[in-house]
Amino acid sequence: MNPTIHWATTVRILTQLRRDRRTVFLILLVPGVLTVLLHYVLSRQPVGPDGRTPFDRLAITQLGALPCAVMFPITAISMRRERSNGTLDRLFATPMTKLDLLAGYGTAFSLAAAAQAGIVTLVAFEVTHLRIDGSPLLVFMISVLGAMLGVSLGLFFSAFATTEFQAVQFSPIVLVPQLFLAGVLVPRDRMPGALQAISNVLPLSYAVEALQQVSNHATATPQMWHDTGIVAVFIVAALLAGAATLQRRSP
Amino acid sequence: MSIAAIPPAILIDNLRIERRGRTVIDTMSVSVRAGIITGLLGPSGCGKTTLMRAIVGAQRITAGSITVFAEAAGARSLRRRIGYVTQSPSIYPDLTTVENVRYFAALYGVGSDRVREVIDAVGMTAKRHEPAGNLSGGQQGRVSLACALVCDPDLLILDEPTVGLDPVLRAELWEQFRSLADSGKTLLVSSHAMDEARHCTELVLMRDGAILAHAAPDDIMRRTGCADLEAAFVSLVLDDDRIPEAL
Repeated sequence: MNPTIHWATTVRILTQLRRDRRTVFLILLVPGVLTVLLHYVLSRQPVGPDGRTPFDRLAITQLGALPCAVMFPITAISMRRERSNGTLDRLFATPMTKLDLLAGYGTAFSLAAAAQAGIVTLVAFEVTHLRIDGSPLLVFMISVLGAMLGVSLGLFFSAFATTEFQAVQFSPIVLVPQLFLAGVLVPRDRMPGALQAISNVLPLSYAVEALQQVSNHATATPQMWHDTGIVAVFIVAALLAGAATLQRRSP
Repeated sequence: MSIAAIPPAILIDNLRIERRGRTVIDTMSVSVRAGIITGLLGPSGCGKTTLMRAIVGAQRITAGSITVFAEAAGARSLRRRIGYVTQSPSIYPDLTTVENVRYFAALYGVGSDRVREVIDAVGMTAKRHEPAGNLSGGQQGRVSLACALVCDPDLLILDEPTVGLDPVLRAELWEQFRSLADSGKTLLVSSHAMDEARHCTELVLMRDGAILAHAAPDDIMRRTGCADLEAAFVSLVLDDDRIPEAL
């Protein structure tokens, strides 16, 4: 890998992103707005015996899931575009390596994702007064990881879509089962055994569990670090798998 | 002149390329001389683009070999020496002219002086801050060319660079290609328009994935006894068809 090429690619993708004002607003604001909506939807629900509202229990998990859900299609479509508009052939005729390209995409969208995670965390604590036992900074960190997970999964799954339309259709396939099985609707240990097993190999489950750890413990727990570590491994693995799907030579 | 002493820029030996079970290039051998413009001419779909992609290393080959500057096509060390301009302008429409060229310059580790120089050379200085998506097809093609020129390549592979351009621009571009060749660069330029042949020092005429002729334009016309290349091409095709095609 070459740091100059990596950085030039990051800047190029961020410049392209900046030109598309509407997408920038969508990236930055959608998870925050949805958090406010969730707050209103749950505003008349009774407080539980532990002093937590249903919003407190649900919203903390969404701080990982929403950034992931927003970044996934954006990244998948951008990468699909790069694969289909002829520039990929050309980039690979230059000294650029596959990892330079994917790392450029990963860095650019992760920077956007960090800004998004900052806003949604701020909204959650300052606007909707989300109550947790742990530190909002840890929530921000896991939220960024959730968004980066969406980025790396998007880069990987873009290989299996031949059009941008197909890339959009991957969102419900990749994201919704992860949400259902992540222990948000039903705690994971109360799901049927087969579903628990599937849940154990889905990265979002670990992001959600890490956030629940922050919610229920005043300080960072070993379990939380373990879970965030697993999410990080998934991010790197998806990036490497994405690199494997890129071919310098077409068959 | 000791032309024979200069090793060829591109050496293609018994090349065969199959794509999705179809033979696109059929046992082709040809060498492209260094320091001249070679025109790759033939009808649409005859395999010109596939051949060019194989030379830059973007296309897997089934059999045979391609050697560029004495190295296997696609070798890492060749990536700084080959400029490739695809048929449709492969630039980023949401970036300006200068942002596009600057990006490719960064990939080669080339400075901003060179960026200004090549934008000037393709006559896009006035439109340097215009998003490429707002430019006409011909202008986009020139930005695409600038992105290839920025690394000062020894070999330029240009896939139909003059398609859809007005005659004045076409003449200007050929003049630029000529001066690049004069400065020692090797150019392989494809076209389906036979009238572009007169700008080339040598021609490779292609049809159905095979080579019909490889010679200077005048030689081809003399050999076929035709007044123009269009007629020469037809004559060569008819000659070729007289030999029963192997199945």
